[in-house]
Amino acid sequence: MNEPVDVSGLDADHARLLYRGLVRLRRFEDRVYQLFLKGELPGTVHQYQGQEAVAVGVCDALEPGDWITSTHRPHGHALAKGVSMRGAMAELYGKATGCCGGKGGSMHLGDPDVGMVPAIAIVAGGVSIVSGMGLAFKLQGSGQVAACFFGEGATNEGAFHEGVNFAAVQRLPIVYVCENNLYGASTAYHLTTLVPDVVDRVAAYGIPAVSVDGMDVVAMREATAEARERAAGGGGPTLIEAKTYRFAGHSRGDARKYREREEEDAWRDLDPLTRLRDAVVSRDPSEAGRLDAVEAEVEAELEDAVTFARESPEPDAAEAFTGVYADAFPVPSMRGGIL
Amino acid sequence: MTGDQVGERRLSIGAAIREAIIEEMQRDERVFLIGEDIGIPGGFGGAFGVYLGLPEIFGRDRIIDTPISEKAIAGAAVGAAMMGMRPIPDLQYSDFVFECMDEIVNQAAKMRYMSGGRIRVPLVLRLPVGASNRGAQHGQSPESYFIHVPGLKVVCPSDAYHAKGIMKAAIRDDDPVLVFEHKLLYGSKGRESAGGLDLTAHVPEEEYVVPLGQAVVKRAGTDVTIVATHLVLYRCLAAAEILAEEGIECEVIDPLSLLPLDVETIYASVDRTGRLVIAHEDTLTGGWGAELAARVVGERFDSLRAPIVRIAGHDVPLPVAPALEEAVIPSIDRIADQVRALVAARR
Repeated sequence: MNEPVDVSGLDADHARLLYRGLVRLRRFEDRVYQLFLKGELPGTVHQYQGQEAVAVGVCDALEPGDWITSTHRPHGHALAKGVSMRGAMAELYGKATGCCGGKGGSMHLGDPDVGMVPAIAIVAGGVSIVSGMGLAFKLQGSGQVAACFFGEGATNEGAFHEGVNFAAVQRLPIVYVCENNLYGASTAYHLTTLVPDVVDRVAAYGIPAVSVDGMDVVAMREATAEARERAAGGGGPTLIEAKTYRFAGHSRGDARKYREREEEDAWRDLDPLTRLRDAVVSRDPSEAGRLDAVEAEVEAELEDAVTFARESPEPDAAEAFTGVYADAFPVPSMRGGIL
Repeated sequence: MTGDQVGERRLSIGAAIREAIIEEMQRDERVFLIGEDIGIPGGFGGAFGVYLGLPEIFGRDRIIDTPISEKAIAGAAVGAAMMGMRPIPDLQYSDFVFECMDEIVNQAAKMRYMSGGRIRVPLVLRLPVGASNRGAQHGQSPESYFIHVPGLKVVCPSDAYHAKGIMKAAIRDDDPVLVFEHKLLYGSKGRESAGGLDLTAHVPEEEYVVPLGQAVVKRAGTDVTIVATHLVLYRCLAAAEILAEEGIECEVIDPLSLLPLDVETIYASVDRTGRLVIAHEDTLTGGWGAELAARVVGERFDSLRAPIVRIAGHDVPLPVAPALEEAVIPSIDRIADQVRALVAARR
């Protein structure tokens, strides 16, 4: 887990692209945390700091036409798949210009234009849904692949068993990405499950599984590329277990009293941003300045997104009553009490 | 045109639904079936035989047999629908829908809304209901749970003509539609199982679609309006025959879809009769009859000459013994007695 990131297979442009991806997710989340504490954002947030290499590595290996499903912790997945920072930030602000028009919010970020269904905030909810996405691609012969993000806690849900088994027997084009960050909210995985490695459970479904350093964006990218190729070629699903860690608490107001600070420090030493940057700069010291420039560009993008979100209008109240159904079918309670 | 018309071609509900699915699968290659025991050669063609013969027409790629995994079936339907397909998932008995409530209630119903109206989930979930001496876990009528869920549409066809037409409308609908069908009305076991009812109706050769949200007046009358679904609808019609001989004229309405519900037809009838009876097999408390009653009181209080009467399954799990089951679900006698009492209470 503390091997240097191997950038030998990446050219400098690609390495910078990955670094930009990591920085975008980290800076976005750090800023969101501040904005949330200041009371600018409604609701709750589940943050992604620490796990950036998973989303960025996976989405970099996907094709533009591929789709993802996400979880209650979707900010990183959304940005990595291509949801605009403006659209995501405005959605967190509950603004009309948000990627879901303010109806989704933090836990349901998504954008069909970039291949992301609204994030599913029911644990393992995406695992049963993604089978159908893969089934559609198979029936359509489209060559598309669906990647499904979930946490290790999801593997104790019935939906995980039903969904993976069905996708396996149907050889569906799916990449399962289990982000094993060791904790389901405050409860350590080993307290809930006697098999500590998710990959060991996957043998029960007859599909390949691979354990990957989830703090290494290049390793995540390569594992996903292999799994994607198998899926697109009719070889069925693969499960990637990303060993990772969330630096933040589970959600707002989580003081993380259930974790040892030594454990947190050990994982912070594996910070995926630092590790990629170190590998790139050690290969070519002149990259340092260019990576600094990437960081500055991300800061500007983020500042623009915050300004955009702040200045965007609130949704019109009438919008609460649209988009429930396809047609002009009225919301029953809004029609003079008519069902 | 209604199912009551005399015609040369009479079909059971099961055959009518099969015909609707065949026509829509031929019309739209995005339509496919997914479920347990639906296409296996030598198998059942679905729990009630509705899919018999379809694999020979469409092949097993469009009739996908699954593990016994309701969450996987419903989830696959939701996911495929979001990606441009039009799945018809099958869970065998409606009682099993509780295994996949998340996929129906949290995913199918809400994806369009959560996405700001940009994702659609066109699927048709067929759900056989109805007491049939199968007991507490194979005989429920759970349609009322789902009218509580914004984003779903709920239909309850009770005759072959409307079953075919509304099934076609449901398959073409861009939202998730739950189709509740009564097991004893399929016609697969003959008239005996449905208490001697003729389970066939005229179904014309030419194509037609019955839109959601239009109630059907099955019998015109002036003294009392009865709104009922499924097997209880036929018991209400039988009771209406008895009552007519006593000089009580019942107007019997099949709502056909519960969400959207054609309240205008019901209001207009209540305006004429001044009395409303709502009858369903599902349990009384929190049933769809309660919602309809509240709507009518709120909107047509001045038209009502008497309290609304609800005749429903009693609030107990379904027993198996025929003598016990019959005591629970509304009988012809119970319906007739209650209507008689309602009309007798002159106001």
